[in-house]
Amino acid sequence: MPRQQIVSPLPGTFYRRPSPDQPPYKEEGDSVEVGDTVGLVEVMKLFYEVKSDQSGTIGKYLVGNEDTVTAGQPLVDLGE
Amino acid sequence: MTNEDDMPIRSLFIANRGEIAVRIIRAARDMEIRSIQAYSEADADSLAVRSADASVLIGKAPASASYLNIESIVSAALRSGADAVHPGYGFLAENGDFADAVESAGLIFIGPKGSTIRHLGDKVVARTVAEEVGLPTVPGSQGRIENADAAKPVLKEIGFPVLIKAAAGGGGRGIRIASNQDEFENFAPQASAEARAAFGDGGIYVETYLRRARHVEVQIVGDGTKAVHLFDRECSLQRRRQKIWEEAPAEAVPDSIRDHLCRSARDFAQSVGYRGVGTLEFLYDSDTQKCYFLEMNTRIQVEHPVTECVTGVDLVCESIKIANGEPLNLQQDEIALRGHAIECRINAEDPTNGFMPDPGTVTELTIPDGPGIRFDSMLYPGCTIPPFYDSLIGKLIVWDQSRSATLKKLKDILGELKIGGIKTTKPLHQALVEDEDIIAGNMHTGFLDEWLDL
Repeated sequence: MPRQQIVSPLPGTFYRRPSPDQPPYKEEGDSVEVGDTVGLVEVMKLFYEVKSDQSGTIGKYLVGNEDTVTAGQPLVDLGE
Repeated sequence: MTNEDDMPIRSLFIANRGEIAVRIIRAARDMEIRSIQAYSEADADSLAVRSADASVLIGKAPASASYLNIESIVSAALRSGADAVHPGYGFLAENGDFADAVESAGLIFIGPKGSTIRHLGDKVVARTVAEEVGLPTVPGSQGRIENADAAKPVLKEIGFPVLIKAAAGGGGRGIRIASNQDEFENFAPQASAEARAAFGDGGIYVETYLRRARHVEVQIVGDGTKAVHLFDRECSLQRRRQKIWEEAPAEAVPDSIRDHLCRSARDFAQSVGYRGVGTLEFLYDSDTQKCYFLEMNTRIQVEHPVTECVTGVDLVCESIKIANGEPLNLQQDEIALRGHAIECRINAEDPTNGFMPDPGTVTELTIPDGPGIRFDSMLYPGCTIPPFYDSLIGKLIVWDQSRSATLKKLKDILGELKIGGIKTTKPLHQALVEDEDIIAGNMHTGFLDEWLDL
């Protein structure tokens, strides 16, 4: 069975937390519901929230905080 | 123009990117100055890097690691053997510490002194200077307010709605609109927190919110002693406080008011010993014919080409000559307005999808040409627009004898401009150029946001 993933809707810079002095949106192992924010993508000075379109558990973040991402790049592996 | 031995600037380091970097390279070439382009890892193949005489890598793609990294830029400029640094607009252009760091390194900063940038960058200080030269300011607090309670007397005096603004602000950040006391008490701490996060200074002030006013601004140039104005621009068409279409002159402003504004703006620049190019921004209320000073920008503006079109003055060359220590040789009575110019900002955004940024590769490019047509851009066929920076990729500037002739020409020329592979704001401009209110000149700063909501 293919792994379920959350992908980046846009190219840009990925952030795991809403601002540098706040905790990450999600930690690995946290449960996630449809519509939950799992990160931010900064593109051309604007910030877009990346929301999960599935429910489950955060298995693994595939990119690090402040990594450059492309549109459609998997960001998160979801577990059961 | 020549580059004699007594001119200190023989090579110029460009601490910016995109279309303004290309614009500065062109000015340097005209003045026989060697251009050295700073670039981040994301801009290695940029038009600016390809156009400059030399280029130096200053850091990784994120602006904080490159175009905002003072240490990296100054050391790269020194290593490159440059005599001077041009900051362009945005990034570090209005950072007094950057100007100081450049001068401390023994290089010439193209722009005002660091102390002037800091002084006028505080909007409260700038308002006070404006009042001293007889420029009215928007009714509001006399200086900073420390908390919601301290604002009570001024709120009672000016009434609602009010704008709550960051003293150190810019780019629309830290701004809130409050329609009543409850909203004020709610929003003031938010505005202060946002200002502290964005600018490291939580100072705020309040002023009357003029919803239907026009954004009018005056271009000035000073050599530290003498200053001249280069007339006015209207930049009322803004989306979320970002200008998208600019004109010169501001046709809605009557000549008598234009004269007063322009002369006062020149007095303002002269009174602070301003060195470089700068812009005083105003709100103009067509109904009452009243004008109010907002703030001064101590740098070249994005929309400077419309002023260049109607005055024939090359503002970037002037800024370099002034930094070279040459006295201003522009005489006020020799600067005249001729015709009308309009600039359309072409952004890599999808106007049909909430202006979602659309970085990517430009697969096709057709640039219109002809008398009175100018396209300042960072584009070439096959170039890639990185996602890390501002979405402005080009500016289409059209000039003709009158506003109506310029609008007519603009409509045709927009049709000739073709940028393939990415979405741009061109279709927005094509709609605006045919809009009855815009043709009639009925604009105000809230116009575009209301128009887009239709």
